[in-house]
Amino acid sequence: MKTLLLVRIAVRSILKNKMRTLLTMLGIIIGVAAVIVMVAVGQGARLQIQQRIDKLGSNLVVVTPGASRSGGVNMGAGSSNRLTLDDYEALKRESMWLSSISPMIVAPAHVVGGSGNWRVAVMGVSTDYSRIRSWNVSSGRHFDETEERAMRKVAVLGQTVVDNLFPEGDPVGQTIQLRDVPFEIVGVLERKGQTAEGRDMDDVILAPWTTVRTRLAGRMYIPQILGSTDSKADIPAAQQEMKAILRESHGLASYDEDDFTLKNQSELAETAQGATEVMTMLLAAIAGISLLVGGIGIMNIMLVSVTERTREIGIRMAIGARGRDVMVQFLIESIVMSLIGGALGVAAGFGGAALLEKLSGWGTVITPQLVALALGFSATVGIFFGFYPARKAAALDPIQALRHE
Amino acid sequence: MAHEAVIRIEGLTRTYTTGSTAVQALRGVDLQVMRGEMLAIMGASGSGKSTLMNLLGCLDSPTSGNYWLDGVRVDGLGRNQLAEIRNTRIGFVFQGFNLLSRTSALDNVELPLLYSHRGLKVDRRQVALEALRSVGLADRVDHEPSELSGGQQQRVAIARALVMQPAILLADEPTGNLDSRTSLEVMALFQDLNAKGVTILLVTHEHDIAECATRVVELRDGHILRDEPVTPRRDAARQLALLPEIGA
Repeated sequence: MKTLLLVRIAVRSILKNKMRTLLTMLGIIIGVAAVIVMVAVGQGARLQIQQRIDKLGSNLVVVTPGASRSGGVNMGAGSSNRLTLDDYEALKRESMWLSSISPMIVAPAHVVGGSGNWRVAVMGVSTDYSRIRSWNVSSGRHFDETEERAMRKVAVLGQTVVDNLFPEGDPVGQTIQLRDVPFEIVGVLERKGQTAEGRDMDDVILAPWTTVRTRLAGRMYIPQILGSTDSKADIPAAQQEMKAILRESHGLASYDEDDFTLKNQSELAETAQGATEVMTMLLAAIAGISLLVGGIGIMNIMLVSVTERTREIGIRMAIGARGRDVMVQFLIESIVMSLIGGALGVAAGFGGAALLEKLSGWGTVITPQLVALALGFSATVGIFFGFYPARKAAALDPIQALRHE
Repeated sequence: MAHEAVIRIEGLTRTYTTGSTAVQALRGVDLQVMRGEMLAIMGASGSGKSTLMNLLGCLDSPTSGNYWLDGVRVDGLGRNQLAEIRNTRIGFVFQGFNLLSRTSALDNVELPLLYSHRGLKVDRRQVALEALRSVGLADRVDHEPSELSGGQQQRVAIARALVMQPAILLADEPTGNLDSRTSLEVMALFQDLNAKGVTILLVTHEHDIAECATRVVELRDGHILRDEPVTPRRDAARQLALLPEIGA
C-alpha cells in the first residue's frame, strides 16, 4: 500500500521535469524501437525462407550421391555418381514408408519450338513428382502412369520456358523438339519462383523418366531421388528404411560408409533457419547495444538528478522519509521512465517496421513475445541503471543534504 | 499531565571526528522541555546550538548521553527508526523554509502524510488543507513556493510541520530570512500555536525573538550557560498591531 504512495511521489517528480524526462527517455525509445525493427526484419526474413522451403514440397526425403574414396582420398560429396535407376526401382519396390517416390534424371537439352529456341534442363520424373513437390499445372495436365509406362513423348513446361518460347499464349497441344525428338506439350506448370539461392525453378521441362531414359540420347545424370511420406512423423522411419535398401542395392559391406546422402526437409530448413537465426541475433545485439546506451543515459540523468536534488532529498528525510523510501522513489522514477520510454519505443518500432517494409519491400514480423521482450528489457534497464543512483540518494546524510546548496 | 517532559536529555555529548582531530561540539548537556513550553535556545555561532538542534531533531545521534522524546528513548535508534520518529513526533521549521520547489503549498503540506502509515487512513488532502487553514493560508493552497512571499512560505513550512500533530515543533532560526515585520507575524503565529498547546523549541540569536518564548536557554562552548524563564514575555501580536500599516 505504501508503495502506491511512493509511486505517486515518483510520478509527480517525473511530471515536474517534463523536458528532462523526455530527453532521458529518448535513449530508451530509440533503443527499444531499434530492437523491434531489427528483430522484426530478421523474423520476416526467416518467415520468407520458411515459406520457400515449404514450397519445395512436404515431408520430403532427398537421396543424393555421396562421397567416394579412392585410395584413402575422400573426393567429397557428389563425387560418386552411384545413384541409379536401379536404386529408384529398389526403393519403389521395397519401401513401406514412402508414399510417393520419383527419380530425377536431368538431361540438359536444346529445345526448339514455338517462336524460337531455348536451353533447358529436361527432367525425367515419375508421376509422383508433382505430388512430392506439390507442384500443380496451371493449364493442361500432368502426364499419367500409362504414358509413363508406354514411354510416351509428352512434356510439361515450366513458366519460364513458356514465356520464352510461347509468349503469345497457352502452348498445350503444340509440339516441341528436344534433342531433335518431338514431344507433345500436355501441360504448363504453375509459377514457383526462385529457390533461396536464386535459381529459377520455372526454367524446366518435365517428362516421364522412362521417356527421357530411352528417347533422349546423350549426356544425362541422376542428381536426386525424391521420396515423400504421408506425415512428417514417418520421416525418420522412412529414412532408416531407405538407407537399408540403398546399402543393399549398392552391395555395401557393414564396414563401408554410405556412398549416398539422405536429407529431409527439416534438415534443409534447419540449415537455412540457422543462418537467419545468426542474422537475427546479430541485428538484435546491435540494437541491444543502443538500448544499453539508452540505459546508461538514464543512469547519467538519475545521478545528476540525485546531486541536483540533494536538498530535496534532505527535506524529504527530515520530514520522515526513510532511506528505503528515497531509494524506492528514485528506482520507481527510473523504471517508470524506462517503461514509458519502452512503450513509446514499441510504438516507434511498429511505425519504423511498417515504414521499412513499405520502402524496401522486406517482410517484417512483430510477435507479441518480441514486444514483451522489449518492454521487459527496458524495465530491466530501468532497474539496473536506476539502482546505483537510487542507492546513492538513500545513503545521503540528512544534515549534509539539508545544508547542500 | 500538563507537566510531563516532552524532551528529556541527560549528559548529551557529541564529538565530530575529522581525521585525527576531534571537535567536542556538545560537552554534556542536561535539559528538560515540558509540554506546553516555548523554549528559545540562544548562543553564538560555534556554541553548539545547531548540533543540539540536530540531535533533538533526531537527524543525528549523540556520541554519549540519553535522550527521551515524548517518553520514548531515542538515542541509539537506527536510521529507519529515527526517520519514523521525525515523521510522527517532530515538526521541523527551517531558516530557509525548505519547501519543495515547483510543488503546490498543499502538496508540500501533504508530503509528511505520504511517508506515514497514518497517511493511508486519513483523507490526506483534507488534513493538509486543515493545517494550511490553521496558519491562515487557506486561500493560497495551489500556489507554488515561488509565488509566495517569505512569510507565507514559512507559514506553509509551519503547516507542514504541524500536519502530523507532532509532540514538538522544532524551529531553526525561523525568522532568519525574514524582515522584522514578517518575523513578528511568524512569532505571533508561534505564540498563537503555543497558546493552543503546541510545544515549541526554537533556535535564534536575536534577543527580541527569544523574548517571545516562555524560557531561554543559552549555550556556550557546548555547555548550558543560562537557563531561565522570560519575564516579561513579549507579545508579538500586540507589537504587530502597534506597527504602522504598510502603505498607510
